[in-house]
Amino acid sequence: MLAFIIKRLANAVFVMLSVTFLAFVIFTAVGDPVDQMLNEQATQAQRDDLRERLGLDDPFLVQYTKFVGRAAQGDFGISFRNQRDVLDMIAERFPATFELVLVATFISLIVGVPMGVITAIRRQSWYAEAMQFTSIIGVSLPSFVVGIGLILVFSVWLGWFPAFGRGDTVDLGWWSTGLLTPSGRMSIVLPALSLSLFQITLVMRLVRAEMLEVLRSDFIKFARARGVPARRLHFSHALRNCLMPVVTMTAMQIGGLIAFALVTETVFQWPGMGLLFIQAVTFVDVPIMAAYLCIVALIFVVLNAIVDMTYAVIDPRLKGADA
Amino acid sequence: MTDRTDPKMPSRAERFFDSDLWWSFKSHKSAIGAAIVLALVIVAAFLAPVLSPQDPYDLAALELWNAELPPIWMDGGQMPFLLGTDVQGRDILSGILYGTRISIIIGIASVAVSLFVGIGLGLMAGYYGGWIDNVLMRIGDVLLSIPIVLVAILVSSVAQQFLSPAWREAGVAAVLVLAIAMYSWVQYARVVRAQTMVERRKEYVQASRLVGTPARRLMLKHILPNTLTPIFVAATLNFGLAILIEATLSFLGVGMPPNQPSLGTLIRVGNQYLFSGSWWIVLFPSIQLCILVVAVNMLGDWLRDALNPKLR
Repeated sequence: MLAFIIKRLANAVFVMLSVTFLAFVIFTAVGDPVDQMLNEQATQAQRDDLRERLGLDDPFLVQYTKFVGRAAQGDFGISFRNQRDVLDMIAERFPATFELVLVATFISLIVGVPMGVITAIRRQSWYAEAMQFTSIIGVSLPSFVVGIGLILVFSVWLGWFPAFGRGDTVDLGWWSTGLLTPSGRMSIVLPALSLSLFQITLVMRLVRAEMLEVLRSDFIKFARARGVPARRLHFSHALRNCLMPVVTMTAMQIGGLIAFALVTETVFQWPGMGLLFIQAVTFVDVPIMAAYLCIVALIFVVLNAIVDMTYAVIDPRLKGADA
Repeated sequence: MTDRTDPKMPSRAERFFDSDLWWSFKSHKSAIGAAIVLALVIVAAFLAPVLSPQDPYDLAALELWNAELPPIWMDGGQMPFLLGTDVQGRDILSGILYGTRISIIIGIASVAVSLFVGIGLGLMAGYYGGWIDNVLMRIGDVLLSIPIVLVAILVSSVAQQFLSPAWREAGVAAVLVLAIAMYSWVQYARVVRAQTMVERRKEYVQASRLVGTPARRLMLKHILPNTLTPIFVAATLNFGLAILIEATLSFLGVGMPPNQPSLGTLIRVGNQYLFSGSWWIVLFPSIQLCILVVAVNMLGDWLRDALNPKLR
């Protein structure tokens, strides 16, 4: 048990080291920071002086160690483009992305779970087959095309929802939320829908597969024989036994959604950290790119590690295994 | 090898039409539909120079007074611009046909590269084990623990910085192929490795090794054919995924440039005119992309079920 947790943590640390290494390679590969920080007329002496101060003369590994040390303290340097502290810029944008992901996850559970249950208990009906068919399409549709389609129909043609931006926001200390204002709530509908579509199909397929498995088990047959009404049988007895994997997958997907939100944020010009990243890519603003990569990977890795470890605690079958 | 000429032995084609796979295909309406649609899309894309009314790369053929014409069934639509034109007077249909061709080529190339790398490394990891296995699988773990889109965006945008202007045209496509393949080889490598570890211990491999068959031949001729079924399914589904990732990268502006547009680039460009009323510039390439990916995924879905022995 303890060995498993230590192994899992070591793995997470290894992944993070590799990610920071990748970020650092990008950092050093794209252009010489000295050229970007000094103007054309700088003398060789000034250049050498700056090199010395930035530690660019150190061996590669020393530079990398320093980079990791600074990154661990949240110091990713300043943006090349607007000379601000990178971590501050990302922290400013984080609430927007997080609210978007949260609402999208909520939608996917509210819609996906009932759809999964229905397709499992009415397997032969036409609407279950129709849902199953739509789910293949839902997995295939590129998220940015879905976003553009939603904008075209609901903003351009019908004019129901705003097509871009976050609406008015309210500052709650360091967190700015758009969920408390009417325009903020209207603005989040389309982006959250487009981000959740893929998620809905995932949840639906998972719930369906789990339900089919549980419905075959003895305790369900026994409950049915005892005369438990169908509705209670399906939603209270069977569904409860399917929820564990759904919760796990939702937790693991949140990391992926935070990363994937950058596509949705680009379509809807949603001022989250994904949009910041894409703009940084366009202007080759390397500190922001590197910091975004490290932060998103950290969220991703930490979530996965927590889920794995919770599983080891909950699921007794993993205790004996030397996984 | 006299068996091949023996009249009782069915030919390859006969064996194929007699197989379970063909039977399953014939009885799946959605698989047949998807295959027909996919074939039409691919044929149309590769016949683009013949079929399309205009060469979208030929700047001299563009006339500015043809700009932003709506599709033919609306007021102001003109022949030969069936689906209308964009702001430079470029025919949308021609752009889509050429764009689909680029998307498909990048998809196929990235699947081919990742298959080659994945199968090769998977065989080595499974056959030799030891440190090779450890190193390869750790690298795979790391790649799978970072979101795909992010890696692809970074690789593609950073690598494009290094392309000299002369190589830009051909280089961008190659960079995209590598950025997509960099992630997907892991899946093939894992499958091949697991299967190789099982096959390696079987008697036919041991016997073949005893008579002195070299390791390379053992891996390629004896072990590899027994690992191909799951690889085939994964490759089909990954083809759809590769087209999607390429489109997403192009849409985000780190993929194909506007002078060599793939479907994603067309959608990116068209997206700027969403609010000006010229909805056809963005809508038709989007529809084409969806048709392409849905058809590939439906075929892959059917293939996965048809080749799964548990569902027989």
